[in-house]
Amino acid sequence: MSEYKIPTTETEFEANFSAKKPLMDKNEAFYESSRCLFCYDAPCIKACPTSIDIPLFIRQINTNNLDGAAKTIYDSNYFGHSCGQVCPTDVLCEGACVYNHQDVKAIEIGRLQAHATNHVIQNDKKLYTVPEKTNGKKVAIIGSGAAGIACACELRMLGYTVDVYEAKEKPSGLTIYGIAPYKLTNQAVLDEMNYLQKQFGYTIKYNSPIHSQADILKLEEYDAIFIGIGLGNTSTLGIKGENHADCIGATEFIEVLRMQHHKTKVGKKVIVLGGGNTAIDAASEAARMGAEKVILAYRRSKEEMSGYDFEYDLAKKSGAVGLFNVAPVEIIASAEKITGVKFVKMQTVNSKLEVIKDSEFIEECDMVIRATGQLKQVGFLNLITDLKLDDKDRVIVNSKFQTTNPKYFAGGDVINGGKEVVNAAADGKVAAREIHLMLTVDFKEF
Amino acid sequence: MANLSVNFAGIKSPNPFWLASAPPTNSGYQIMKAFDAGWGGAVWKTLGVPVINVSSRYGALNYRDTRMMGFNNIELITDRPLKDNLREIEEVKKYFPNNAVIASLMVETREQWHQIVKDVENAGADGIELNFGCPHGMCERGMGSAVGQDPVVLQTIVSWVMEVAKIPVIVKLTPNISHIQDPANAAQAGGANAVSLINTIQSVINVDIDNFVPTPMVDGKSTNGGYCGPAVKPIALNMVKNVALEPGFKLPISGIGGVENWKDAVEFVLMGSSTVQVCTAAMHYGFGIIREITSGFERYMDEKGFKTVDEMVGKALPQTKHWEELNLKYKVVAEINEDKCIGCQLCYIACEDGAHQAIGLSSDADNRKPHIIEENCVGCNLCSLVCPVENCITMVRRDDGKQHLTWKERTEQGTIPTTFNDELAGGLHHWVPEPADALKNKTLQKN
Repeated sequence: MSEYKIPTTETEFEANFSAKKPLMDKNEAFYESSRCLFCYDAPCIKACPTSIDIPLFIRQINTNNLDGAAKTIYDSNYFGHSCGQVCPTDVLCEGACVYNHQDVKAIEIGRLQAHATNHVIQNDKKLYTVPEKTNGKKVAIIGSGAAGIACACELRMLGYTVDVYEAKEKPSGLTIYGIAPYKLTNQAVLDEMNYLQKQFGYTIKYNSPIHSQADILKLEEYDAIFIGIGLGNTSTLGIKGENHADCIGATEFIEVLRMQHHKTKVGKKVIVLGGGNTAIDAASEAARMGAEKVILAYRRSKEEMSGYDFEYDLAKKSGAVGLFNVAPVEIIASAEKITGVKFVKMQTVNSKLEVIKDSEFIEECDMVIRATGQLKQVGFLNLITDLKLDDKDRVIVNSKFQTTNPKYFAGGDVINGGKEVVNAAADGKVAAREIHLMLTVDFKEF
Repeated sequence: MANLSVNFAGIKSPNPFWLASAPPTNSGYQIMKAFDAGWGGAVWKTLGVPVINVSSRYGALNYRDTRMMGFNNIELITDRPLKDNLREIEEVKKYFPNNAVIASLMVETREQWHQIVKDVENAGADGIELNFGCPHGMCERGMGSAVGQDPVVLQTIVSWVMEVAKIPVIVKLTPNISHIQDPANAAQAGGANAVSLINTIQSVINVDIDNFVPTPMVDGKSTNGGYCGPAVKPIALNMVKNVALEPGFKLPISGIGGVENWKDAVEFVLMGSSTVQVCTAAMHYGFGIIREITSGFERYMDEKGFKTVDEMVGKALPQTKHWEELNLKYKVVAEINEDKCIGCQLCYIACEDGAHQAIGLSSDADNRKPHIIEENCVGCNLCSLVCPVENCITMVRRDDGKQHLTWKERTEQGTIPTTFNDELAGGLHHWVPEPADALKNKTLQKN
């Protein structure tokens, strides 16, 4: 049973979605930073996809040099604040902290990072100055997600004019549209986005989807193009009843939730289909929206879920219950409403997933959330000449993040199929340097 | 069961733990509270011609989240009238006849010394401590450390006091001197019954970097103060040892300097102190810390089989030698317990950058546990000191224990190095990398 009441106001919504990693105050940051051992060749740095010099910024916090700490963070990761709050630190930096080997609580690196970056964002501390004169070259970026914005920041530092084309009305991509609200608030994301744009001075063209050959041709007037479009809508299951309005994709559900908060419509009994982190998030969120019952249904066993254990624990705490080794075969619905999901029980035989015969049963519900992965935006990608995709429809890039069309670079979910914000931020920054090398050094190398 | 009671130069006390002359002993009220909490004695805040103190008096040296690792003050002696203090001494002794009340004194002339000694005796004090140590404010007027730094003056004043004193007299020494044995000997020669040390160390504790003024700040200005607290303990222990080992020096020593817990107190006693005085810890945590000091000290005595405190006094002194008497044949090397190692590699970088390049890393990037390169290890201890895991790095003996040769003996044999490139030098066969090797491994350089 869910412990949350249905939120009817913004205040009630905020209470139900209170921060999982609240901001530290100065004292807490001071005591926490005092514990850092300052390891040599620190494993936390290696565990960070953007290789932030973590022991350095922690020591800078400890010596009351918050501007310096934030600079250390942003030098490696332009999404420093968002990542501090949304990164799965348990499996990244904090998971690598040597204290784990001593049964001592790992340093709360994510929260310390958010503390330092929050300081510079809220106090509008200018850490970067882009070159006064641009170098005369222009780069277009498609998508204002973590990959795109990181690429934009770095290119601006290198002297480029940068235009970012964003299909939606807000920047940061999934950071604002796809992260669970208890991890990061809309305000925090937008504050960081404004902070970056103010310092780096790139242009974002909102509500400007690129969807035709003509759009592409226009873009190709730029010296280079970076694709940071992420993924598309949730993929379909191919079962009866899934087109019902109350059967929604998880990505779409979270986007509505992020934008409409307490006004989001959630059923009384919700079944979430999937076993990844997005499924777990959706289950947590449905529970926090006051659903009476939330079932997380997954084809395989609990142990085989791709979602992190700590995320599943959080979902359970929110009130969701797991239903394992079951596959949906039909969404049972009338024209007005969904009444249940028909499942069949599954078993793994010789590491192959098999249906158990005659094991069908119906689990009642009035809403279904499909968290069965996001589709790739193949239609758009096919518009670009010579752009090759791999067998999973991911854009193929070389080690320089350059696609098979040398004018195009790509990074983030569009090349990795769906990872963390921090991975996208890392890709975008490195890709910018490679774009710079291509445009300034030697074309032949590529 | 351990007996904690002591007789220090004729001053009886239920335990060897006294409050040092300082703000915690400013009044009878505080001292009664302290005795009630379990302190054996108290040295009254220094009496004399009352002063005027400034507002803003203390500064602290913090180490990360540890507050007041070091502490300094620019407060002077008592600012309260003598008659009030005398009346309170009398009252304290009435309530606590078995606790030691020692009056700390600081005046200028022979007449003043005679008068004030008689006054505190009449009030019922069990002993007197002569404050020849205060390093700020009073010394500029020819008192405090100005006396402690001049053995001739010190001896003269001690002899003035001894002309009239009927109760034991302790001379408190200043550490602001290069050879502490000189004033200690002068105190003995002047007829004092004991010495206490150390007083505070002259210091500037911090500088306010926004206002360009040291701390503590008084109306935009500051001055040097007296440094104390846990950070000064090593300096105090060394000075106590110097006095205790001084040939011909026979007076009991009251040890002072950074004592905060039972172990600190034990260390002072083992280095030759018969009583231990505490101030900063009481100012930080209140008189209640005495319970921890007493319980730990007693447990230690019972565990080691000491019946009285006297049995412990100076126990570590026979093992405290001049450098030239240490065995050059003794050889230890570091050993890392792989099961305990958490892979922080602090030992590696400490040895690599700060010592002898005797710790190596695995070529397997997943194995963060360093290993000792024993042929390079000189047994300096640095790795074991920086290691955050208790007993993970230990120093193990490698010599056979049969050989013994000291610098002194080598000097006598004529086998010490005497020229700049002497083959007899100790580091001749120690491996060191070539300077340019430093640039081979640039893994830490970003991008």
